[in-house]
Amino acid sequence: MENPYQIYEAKIIERIKESDDIFTIKILLTDPFVHHEYKFQPGQFNMLYLFGVGEIAISIVSDPKEEQYITHTIRVVGRVSRGFEKLKEGDRIGVRGPFGKGWPLKQAIGKDVLIISGGLGCAPVTSAINYIIERQNLYGPLKILQGIKRSSEFIYHERYDRWEAAANTEVIISVDETDVSWSKSIGLVTEHIKDLQLDVNKTIVMMCGPEIMMKIAADHCIKKNIEEKNIYLSMERNMHCGCGHCGHCQIGGVFVCKNGPVFSYPEIKELLGRPGF
Amino acid sequence: MQNNIFYLLPHSKLPLLISILGTEKFEIIGPQSIDGSIVYEKIENVDQLPWGILDYQWPGIYRLENTDINKAFIFTNGPQALKPYLFRAQELLFEVEKKENKNNKKKLNFIPAKEEAPKLAFIGARACDLAAMAIQDKIFLADTHLDIYYRSRRENLFIIAVNCIRSSANCFCASTGDGPKVTKLYDILMTEIEENFVVQVGTDNGKRIIDQLELSHALPEHIKEADEYVEQAGLQQTKKLPDTNLRNLLFSNLNHPRWNDVAKRCLSCTNCTQVCPTCFCHSSLEQAILDGTKSGHYRVWDSCFTCGHSYIHGRVIRDDTRKRYRQWLTHKLGSWYDQFGTSGCVGCGRCITWCPVGIDITEETYAIYDNQNNDKEIIKEIIK
Repeated sequence: MENPYQIYEAKIIERIKESDDIFTIKILLTDPFVHHEYKFQPGQFNMLYLFGVGEIAISIVSDPKEEQYITHTIRVVGRVSRGFEKLKEGDRIGVRGPFGKGWPLKQAIGKDVLIISGGLGCAPVTSAINYIIERQNLYGPLKILQGIKRSSEFIYHERYDRWEAAANTEVIISVDETDVSWSKSIGLVTEHIKDLQLDVNKTIVMMCGPEIMMKIAADHCIKKNIEEKNIYLSMERNMHCGCGHCGHCQIGGVFVCKNGPVFSYPEIKELLGRPGF
Repeated sequence: MQNNIFYLLPHSKLPLLISILGTEKFEIIGPQSIDGSIVYEKIENVDQLPWGILDYQWPGIYRLENTDINKAFIFTNGPQALKPYLFRAQELLFEVEKKENKNNKKKLNFIPAKEEAPKLAFIGARACDLAAMAIQDKIFLADTHLDIYYRSRRENLFIIAVNCIRSSANCFCASTGDGPKVTKLYDILMTEIEENFVVQVGTDNGKRIIDQLELSHALPEHIKEADEYVEQAGLQQTKKLPDTNLRNLLFSNLNHPRWNDVAKRCLSCTNCTQVCPTCFCHSSLEQAILDGTKSGHYRVWDSCFTCGHSYIHGRVIRDDTRKRYRQWLTHKLGSWYDQFGTSGCVGCGRCITWCPVGIDITEETYAIYDNQNNDKEIIKEIIK
């Protein structure tokens, strides 16, 4: 077993501004052998290190097949992410990972897939969406729901356009607060679940977003007779170690970093959305 | 190996044991009375042991008393024992150097911390300390998530355990099933009787050390005396935890009024988690040197009673003391079973003693047990 604190240098090869407070970095592990050996599953995360500042857990956005770089999308919220915001192309960071259990893409083979995300929850599901679209012969129809508060928070425009144009794929992007310039859907993303045409016996749901949104979305799916075990959620906590030791990511009996971040609904439902857990 | 041979180690031969350990290049850690409490620090001779010192513990109270009793291990415990020697309160994980390469680009050079641990002989580990170590082993030595730094210290640890011959008013290891008798994880086990110790060996390493002492076998009356002392220690305990499925009890009472009650008394000071021999939470700490060329990435003990522990994305999940105490207790006695197949409490009573307002884990658990409200509606409550 490798030391989970083994960390490697990476170089920023591209920085993309997504919105006022969201940016994406594409990174390359500077040791070519390490980069070549680096393998991950969609839904896993890395610990990204900023010199003199510290680490944050960030989900991997890129597809495992994209071998040239690893992509991360970061929202500027805390001390470390504010530091990351200042990085430019060519700057060096540290990377540990990948950690955790990813999306159930094997179990989803032969199934219809419903992706529900809210806010920056669109980042952790991106790798699953790309994975499925790249391998469409393996999967049934794909439905993608993304909810945002305000239209200014809509990111990944090109990506969503590309997915919308893909065969057998339906995309709904919904904004909570109406806005004159907005041409897509309006209303809480969870409200759109009711109207979806789904083959509920062969649908597998993958979601990521605020816990209250996921709780309501799961309730809607269950009402439509989707089995609880076919609903998967990606949880977020402030991981410090990534290996189940530091205790920050506990939700009752599970550690988000090692038992998750992707959980089936029955694994997490007891405390999902419960204040204080 | 654990065998049924009982040796007799006279007090007068303790210095020889210390010197043999020294010859074997062990750094020797043992209990001492320093600044009003029993602490485990480096010792060089047996006079440093807390001869005749009794500890008195009640909720929020710890007092030592000097007596004429000719025993070195008549005290029960102090705020810490083994844990800080295996899971360090602060520990370097890696260092980073920032260097300019020939293209004037700043490169980062990562240097992992070395996993070199000193050979440590720890004298005076009690049953609760070893039960707690077994629990921390499950955390840090898991096959899939191994901590190499903990492992290295664990492998270099030589344990001379001591059976308790007395319990404090806060001890409840008999109720958790972890003591007072030591049954596992020792190299050498000693029980102090009049002028002597009854000694057992638990490993080949332990036997090798004991053989050098050339001890005679203990007589049946010595063994009987030792057994009686340890049994007495168990009988002295008055505190206990409810004999029920504590995980189900606590998680079906998440809205119990007692959580509000304890939150009014709890200072959220983190003392209970700092003295707990099983608490493992830690956070990362970055320390850069002033000229900006080098930085160290450390882990430091953290506590679920701090604001930062549940920080996520600009908010705090446990924003009041009620939620923090509830997290601590439901984890310690409840979800710990889900995580590691065991309780997180070994009945050492430290959290009771070192709580500045004397909150008693057994009393809080009984308050819920005796007046259960079984809120089955928990799923209905959602984030405000």
